[in-house]
Amino acid sequence: MSAIRAERVSARRGRGVVVRGNDIDTDQIIPARYMTSIRFAGLEEFVFRDVRFNADGEPKGHPFDDRRFRGASILVVNQNFGCGSSREHAPQALQRWGIQALVAESFAEIFFGNCVALGILAVTAARDDVARLMDAIELDPGQEVTIDLDKQVVAWRGGSAPVKMPDGARKQLLDGSWDAMRTLLEARDATLVRIASLPYATGF
Amino acid sequence: MGRSLLDKVWDLHSVRELPGGQTQLLIGLHLIHEVTSPQGFQMLEDAGLSVLCPERTFATVDHIVPTDLRRRPLRDAQAEEMLQAIEHNTKRHGIQFFPIGSGDQGIVHVIGPELGLTQPGQTIACGDSHTSTHGAFGAIAFGIGTSQVRDVLASQCLALARPKVRRIRVSGKLGFGVYAKDVILHIIRRLGVNGGVGYAYEYAGPVIDRFSMEERMTLCNMSIEGGARVGYVNPDDTTFAYLKGRRFAPKGDAFERAVAWWRGIASDADAEFDDEVEIAGGEISPTVTWGTNPGQAIGVAEKLPRVEELPDGDRSSAEEAYRFMGLVPGRPLAGTPIQVAFIGSCTNGRISDLREAARVARGGKVAAGVRALVVPGSEAVRVEAEREGLHEVFTSAGFEWREAGCSMCLAMNPDKLVGRELCASSSNRNFKGRQGSPTGRTLLMSPAMVAAAALAGRVADVREVMK
Ligand code: SF4
Repeated sequence: MSAIRAERVSARRGRGVVVRGNDIDTDQIIPARYMTSIRFAGLEEFVFRDVRFNADGEPKGHPFDDRRFRGASILVVNQNFGCGSSREHAPQALQRWGIQALVAESFAEIFFGNCVALGILAVTAARDDVARLMDAIELDPGQEVTIDLDKQVVAWRGGSAPVKMPDGARKQLLDGSWDAMRTLLEARDATLVRIASLPYATGF
Repeated sequence: MGRSLLDKVWDLHSVRELPGGQTQLLIGLHLIHEVTSPQGFQMLEDAGLSVLCPERTFATVDHIVPTDLRRRPLRDAQAEEMLQAIEHNTKRHGIQFFPIGSGDQGIVHVIGPELGLTQPGQTIACGDSHTSTHGAFGAIAFGIGTSQVRDVLASQCLALARPKVRRIRVSGKLGFGVYAKDVILHIIRRLGVNGGVGYAYEYAGPVIDRFSMEERMTLCNMSIEGGARVGYVNPDDTTFAYLKGRRFAPKGDAFERAVAWWRGIASDADAEFDDEVEIAGGEISPTVTWGTNPGQAIGVAEKLPRVEELPDGDRSSAEEAYRFMGLVPGRPLAGTPIQVAFIGSCTNGRISDLREAARVARGGKVAAGVRALVVPGSEAVRVEAEREGLHEVFTSAGFEWREAGCSMCLAMNPDKLVGRELCASSSNRNFKGRQGSPTGRTLLMSPAMVAAAALAGRVADVREVMK
């Protein structure tokens, strides 16, 4: 993992991949048994492992193994995607597999925060719009999908829909301050002053 | 107008407002463990930075430690590598570390309170979603991702949006055989697994007031399963009595001054909340999950819900859950045979949990064909349980008595389900694959209910067993 990079993220374009279903939790995205490494490198190999392969390692026909979706960078999902544990391994695994943006009906909160921290563009859209986008991608996986964060819209061949992202996160991506560490360190001195004002940090 | 505890603690720790509306929030206590910290340290060092406040940072190992043989090097080479990484990182950065065999090791959410590190009015972060546990003390505590672990190591701060506050009052009295675990499973069932998104949950009311600290920890622990990243209980005399004399708690006069300060950070009597919910304690029964998210739960005496009785939005996940679990709508859940029983985790691996489970297990025998495990939440819990002779109650009933760790809560260590085994578990998550087998199945319930299931070999109503 390289050091601080603060790219401005205002739009993503690429081919889409559809993974249907509500409440897809982080244990499905990356099973805990693949978290025993002290590095994130190589996680992409195990993304969605248990829903992609059966116990004998035979592919079960998951979209991530579907040739039509090969090279996709925009993942389209339904409700409450990324619920469950706070493991950042989940967005890390997706990002390392090639996902740069997600469109969902809704995200679990920690998962969403982890996406922002990695510069992954994660937006929500209305249920009907997500359904239209999913159908369009499945019908024509080769087409280009564009998410414009500035205009807050997702566009595909023959369609478009409004998308949303909470203001704070949106601003962070747009102005490149999503890598929080650099921003937070600007107030290093104020932080130390604040700690010294806390009774519990100074023994009451 | 009065202020809530969340508002008070938030303002005390707010370093500045960030462009975009987030707060730069100071973290008063940073707890780290072996799984989510090594990448954070790596990123920190790549950026040429050091830990800003090593004295506000504490470390232990819990997720990957074996609970049988803990001899080094560990049999699992990757687990050994993780242990070495945290030993190296804490030493290099001057962070206090509670290693295996120190008497202080345990699940991070068990040892923080035990050692008196967790205190009212703090902001607490840890790279684990069950950090909400510490809210039991009137702290604002939440789980963070690995990049955020790096942020806290480097800056002792996080960039966060202030959550809204929902007060959940649990009124009346709990029935016989009903525990804190049942209360939180009931709350999640009522408000949904997403009901708490964007909220902090303040738990209040007579039932919560009477709860011990350990019961409050169980309650706050699973706030995250209800979608709320933060859950807390206002500090009171129960809190102060628990803290008194603990290793990192203030001593002597300082303790008295601390109590005065702690009282002051509780929500004011006239505080206003963004939302309020009332739950009748008397309506809660021993609760068991039947599906693959913690909101899919019923009272043990109820029948499994028919899909068409459920709200629209829940039907497809219920159908999917029934397929995965192999359970039949309309039938009772009680009586379903289990193959594994697990007592432990940061939800229910404390001494009071083991006492309740032992009360049920005493003099009984684990049913044939059931593998039953008791895993204390910390080395200190283990020592206390052995002092009370609980380990003998468990072992003579046929339970395995293990060393402290997370164990089968997430099965990153050797304790795992095999194949489609069905596990009665006192942990907090019933997601597919959570307990180590992709097809393994989990029923969440209180430790007493797990013990009852272990003896019966099937899901049983603990109220019948304890009669
Ligand atoms: S016991 Fe389970 S939920 Fe708690 S910290 Fe360990 S793995 Fe996480």
